[in-house]
Amino acid sequence: MEELGLLMQGFVVVMEPQNLLLMLVGIALGVLIGVLPGLGGANGIAILLPLTFAMPPVSAIIMLSCIYWGALFGGAITSILFNIPGEPWSVATTFDGYPMAQQGKAAEALTAAFTSSFVGAFVAIVMITFIAPVIAGFALRFGPPEFFAVMFLSFASFVGMSKGPPMKTVCAMMLGFLLAAVGMDTVTGQLRMTFGSTEMIRGFDFLVAVIGLFGISEILCSIEDGLRFKGERARIDARVVLKVWASLPKHWWLALRSSLIGCWMGITPAGATPASFMSYGVARRMAKDGASFGKGRIEGVIAPETAAHAAGTSALLPMLTLGVPGSPTAAVLLGGLIMWGLQPGPMLFVEQKDFVWGLIASMYLGNVVGLIVVLVAVPWFAAILRVPFSIIAAIILVVCAIGAFTVSNAEFDITLMLIFGVIGYVLKKLDYPLAPLVLALVLGDRTEEAFRQSLLISQGSLGVFFSNWLVSSIMALGFALLLWPVVSWVLERFNAHRSRTGPALPRGA
Amino acid sequence: MSAERGLRMGVVEVGTALAFALAGAAAIGDSLRIGTGWGSDGPKSGTFPFWIGLILIAASTATLVQAVRSRAESGLFASWAQLRLVASVLVPTAVYVGAIPFTGIYVASAALVAWFMHRLGGFGWARSAAAGLAVAVACFLLFEIWFLVQLPKGPLETWLGY
Amino acid sequence: MIYLNFRRNPGVVTRFQDRNAMPGKAGMMLKGCSRRSLLMGAGAAALAPSLSSPALAQRGWEPNRPVQFIVPAGTGGGADQMARVIQGIVSKHKLMRQPMVVVNKAGGAGAEGFLEAKGARGNPHMIVITLSNLFTTPLATGVPFNWQDLTPVAMLALDEFVLWVNAESPWKTVAEFAAAAKQERLKLGGTGSKQEDQIIGVALSKATGAQFTYVPYRGGGEVAVQLVGKHVDLTVNNPIEAVTHWRSGALRPLCVFDSQRLANTEKMTDTMAWSDIPTAKESGLDVEYLMLRGIFMPAGVQPAQLAFYEGLLEKVRETPDWRELMQQGAFNTTTMTGDTFREWLTKEEAKHKTLMQEAGFLA
Repeated sequence: MEELGLLMQGFVVVMEPQNLLLMLVGIALGVLIGVLPGLGGANGIAILLPLTFAMPPVSAIIMLSCIYWGALFGGAITSILFNIPGEPWSVATTFDGYPMAQQGKAAEALTAAFTSSFVGAFVAIVMITFIAPVIAGFALRFGPPEFFAVMFLSFASFVGMSKGPPMKTVCAMMLGFLLAAVGMDTVTGQLRMTFGSTEMIRGFDFLVAVIGLFGISEILCSIEDGLRFKGERARIDARVVLKVWASLPKHWWLALRSSLIGCWMGITPAGATPASFMSYGVARRMAKDGASFGKGRIEGVIAPETAAHAAGTSALLPMLTLGVPGSPTAAVLLGGLIMWGLQPGPMLFVEQKDFVWGLIASMYLGNVVGLIVVLVAVPWFAAILRVPFSIIAAIILVVCAIGAFTVSNAEFDITLMLIFGVIGYVLKKLDYPLAPLVLALVLGDRTEEAFRQSLLISQGSLGVFFSNWLVSSIMALGFALLLWPVVSWVLERFNAHRSRTGPALPRGA
Repeated sequence: MSAERGLRMGVVEVGTALAFALAGAAAIGDSLRIGTGWGSDGPKSGTFPFWIGLILIAASTATLVQAVRSRAESGLFASWAQLRLVASVLVPTAVYVGAIPFTGIYVASAALVAWFMHRLGGFGWARSAAAGLAVAVACFLLFEIWFLVQLPKGPLETWLGY
Repeated sequence: MIYLNFRRNPGVVTRFQDRNAMPGKAGMMLKGCSRRSLLMGAGAAALAPSLSSPALAQRGWEPNRPVQFIVPAGTGGGADQMARVIQGIVSKHKLMRQPMVVVNKAGGAGAEGFLEAKGARGNPHMIVITLSNLFTTPLATGVPFNWQDLTPVAMLALDEFVLWVNAESPWKTVAEFAAAAKQERLKLGGTGSKQEDQIIGVALSKATGAQFTYVPYRGGGEVAVQLVGKHVDLTVNNPIEAVTHWRSGALRPLCVFDSQRLANTEKMTDTMAWSDIPTAKESGLDVEYLMLRGIFMPAGVQPAQLAFYEGLLEKVRETPDWRELMQQGAFNTTTMTGDTFREWLTKEEAKHKTLMQEAGFLA
């Protein structure tokens, strides 16, 4: 095994004390960046990039990729504690993570999130280590029709399990699509729905909307019941970690399935955000009592976190082998490689073996170090909930405002955030589900783009979505998932008729 | 039905449904302007927003009809007391957001934190002001100095040379 | 991801040239001299005002707060990468006492960034890196902005465009390719819409008489991979976006859209160097297009402030880090400042207007 030998050499390089120290610094910084909404891994890496010129490339990339791991870990923290996703891929984590925190189980949710992140990343790294070349070639098969099919699959796995009334679900989702369409149409270069306003040109950023819809609206909702946060009496002791760990092995199939979804989405490269949604959707579909998702199920934290981290990790593979980054963070990382004279692409694995294997070794160690760092900090994170509401609410508002601003350096976005907060408050109280809105907002743009690119290629024929085995099978899978609620509804009727004790099944949207 | 007085659910339902329909109509209007058919480079920019707008109007109309029908038995959206509590957070936040372009984000943040602590938390003015200042300074160090992220700044920062 | 694309988002300024376009001083220089002699000879004339300025600038004016470096493109794009390389060089070689902060303003194909710079009249602590969207965005979207709303500081380089096809395609020369293009409608993959790639596509159609289906993608790196995966038939990627796929044997360059061949003679594959790629004109296609990578400041700044940045960029260009970047990306290292640059910009703008009008891209 040539790979193993090279990997061992990589470990030797990474284990140098100086590199281990840089790793710690990177992880800590990454967690901080992940916690602050709006400040993405891309910011942290971009800002530190100039400082790393003085280091050897391997050390520099170790530190920078550790920021990336840290940000992946850190995104879950605010999602669980305050319902504010620090990163786009943590949105699905809020669905069950935040209810857990409200029930006083913040430490459990955090432990589950961090551990499953680690598991997802680990599966992805193992895959990168052993079957990288095969997988990298697979990514080449993905053109616009395949990309659309994947997006369609994400929607299909998620739609139909909404808890809201069907018409309201449709309203929320359509609003998400409309918001996603505002700004420049990337296919024709035309401005849409800006109504002549220069502020609207940039469109509605997903993070700005989510900070408002989830974070601000949550503060408004919870204040109705008095000036305090639920879940403040969270039990906090170090044994929580061990207890959660003891319960995790029974979810091995869930974790493995979510890892595979994540790896697949990372390589395609659709990225971590759709991966987390899809994994959550599938987990809910597969669960016997899917209806209890969204009320604080630990599976609802494990599934998206595992998939997001697996996707985030495996997204580095197309970046290294093809030069196409799976996320903005990976993009900046890629820029870093070039500055050190390393040309990402098919030749990197051939010409820069030391570097590549050093990086892969640092992925293993970085994630182990990352897990230790965040787990040690779990009690402190959970303790934040004990800070009096009047202090923490104001600080959350300030951090949200800063986050909304930093997304695209626009003051107008802070106002937007507040408007979205009020909208979120009203919609939540009226039982409009927010998840479909957010899903449509985050994926709508890319989905429409892929759809139109495909039609351009096929000169308008919809047959392009069934033109080869790959795209056909993804589309077929999507339709199967989409029609599932209908089928299960029929089955439910049938069963209810016979026994009157049919299991609760998701309602169709 | 609660004996408490407040904003009725039905009113908000109808208002929200109308707002959704309005958004749909706006989308359709703009889409018609830029074209909804097949152009020289594929489906025109307005195609998707147009259909989405139509669906949105249809779905919100259905919601509206439902809301109007069941208006009589709908409960409270929120009692006046609850809304007053919400306003106690929302109004200062709106003022905060409105003040940012003029005072910069740091001064406004310090004021917001101090206000919350004093009014909602019952802390003394001295402690509240100190906490506000601490938050602002911490944010300044973190973002402006360390991460080199330029946040909105006002006269105070300019005077200090930033 | 520099590599990803030196223009994942709307790119830099450009020079489009048909046979007799671009008369005038700048044009003559570009056409007449080899790239190297241009840099040292004719270029020196253009740089003359700035050569004396660094010393003056240091005495005269210096930034007294952090300098915002606006990138009218997304994180990770080509312009973004160049901005970050400059930021890195400035901090590594301590060329400035205040820090330089890169700010991405990508909204509306860069319109957001340009409008911000337009609104910052007289602010000496802001510079903008430009892509070809400096011309194309206002023309295509009708956003109220023009390059004359800014102060041109310097042209740093010009980015080249190369015609790429999949190495497994039967076309080995432009002539074979053009013949095939007339037979069936080929798919041209490119970055963005109504921007440099599509403009080149229109020019290609004009020159070959063949129609292409233009498929827009988000980034140049993505475009190159789509060509490797045979989802499109040709691309006009910048050298740096496609070089690794060329070297791995997946892509084949047919011609470069410049008036002279690329300067780099180092062998990139077993048989070819950048300099072995024929120009479009040699191959019988009268298409020429280069994309400006230039720096601007807001309008209404003091001459001493302008001089400071001219001097700063001059120092940046002298560093080995910069030269390495130029080498890697096979850039055209033409530089200009002052009036020469302004003159060049005026002509480019007119040229883009004509081209986009002919293509029906005007808003």
